[in-house]
Amino acid sequence: MHSFGYRANAVVTLAVTILAVMCSMASLSDNFNVPSPTAEVKVLNINWFQKQANGNDEVSLTLNISADLSSLFTWNTKQVFVFIAAEYETPQNALNQVSLWDGIIPSKDHAKFWIHTTNKYRLIDQGSNLRGKEFNLTLHWHVMPKTGKMFADKIVMTGYRLPEEYR
Amino acid sequence: MDWQGQKRAEILMQILLLVSGIAAFAIGYIMGSFQMMLLIYAGGVVLTALVTVPNWPFFNRHPLKWLEPSEADRHPKPQVSTTAGPKKKASKNK
Repeated sequence: MHSFGYRANAVVTLAVTILAVMCSMASLSDNFNVPSPTAEVKVLNINWFQKQANGNDEVSLTLNISADLSSLFTWNTKQVFVFIAAEYETPQNALNQVSLWDGIIPSKDHAKFWIHTTNKYRLIDQGSNLRGKEFNLTLHWHVMPKTGKMFADKIVMTGYRLPEEYR
Repeated sequence: MDWQGQKRAEILMQILLLVSGIAAFAIGYIMGSFQMMLLIYAGGVVLTALVTVPNWPFFNRHPLKWLEPSEADRHPKPQVSTTAGPKKKASKNK
């Protein structure tokens, strides 16, 4: 501590070390938050349902998504990424996941939302297995903190079925 | 900065930084504002740097008292014994 430079160095070193500890504690404090998000998705319409020239089934849906994800937000949350995936089983694959819609929620004020949309990304099967197929719509989310550990979880909504015929 | 001042500066620095860190975290957590935590802590770091980095008069209250040169001459340093002398000279001659 004998010179200006030495003291300045000591202050900065200890300050950054304590800052790292504070950030770790902020990340740990996220574990005290027990979120209880809710979500509901309605398939309002099958806009069209066809077999592509290459033999893959393709569906266009109109969705009504309402969700309340505000309980995911803590003081250490930067944003939440959400996406809706159609999940179904085919003979080739035990689990197919096709992302239909996604969004970034920047703050708690925007976490309770209601949206009416067609699928943002195309729902195409690997093959021709979609006629009469039962599928789940799953709301996945990834919580992106300001510092520390990311969290991810999902809500599975069951009981959707595609029509037997192309239209 | 004298010896006591250096010790004082180091302890003061550690206490100030720790206290501002704990206070910033507590206030930020209670207010639910990460930004508030960072602002309070940044203020604490700047305050700590201002208090402990410059060589304030506060850190120079215990100056070392050196002997006057005339006083030192009256108490000469004990001479180093000369037993090691011949060996060194021998090695140099070789």
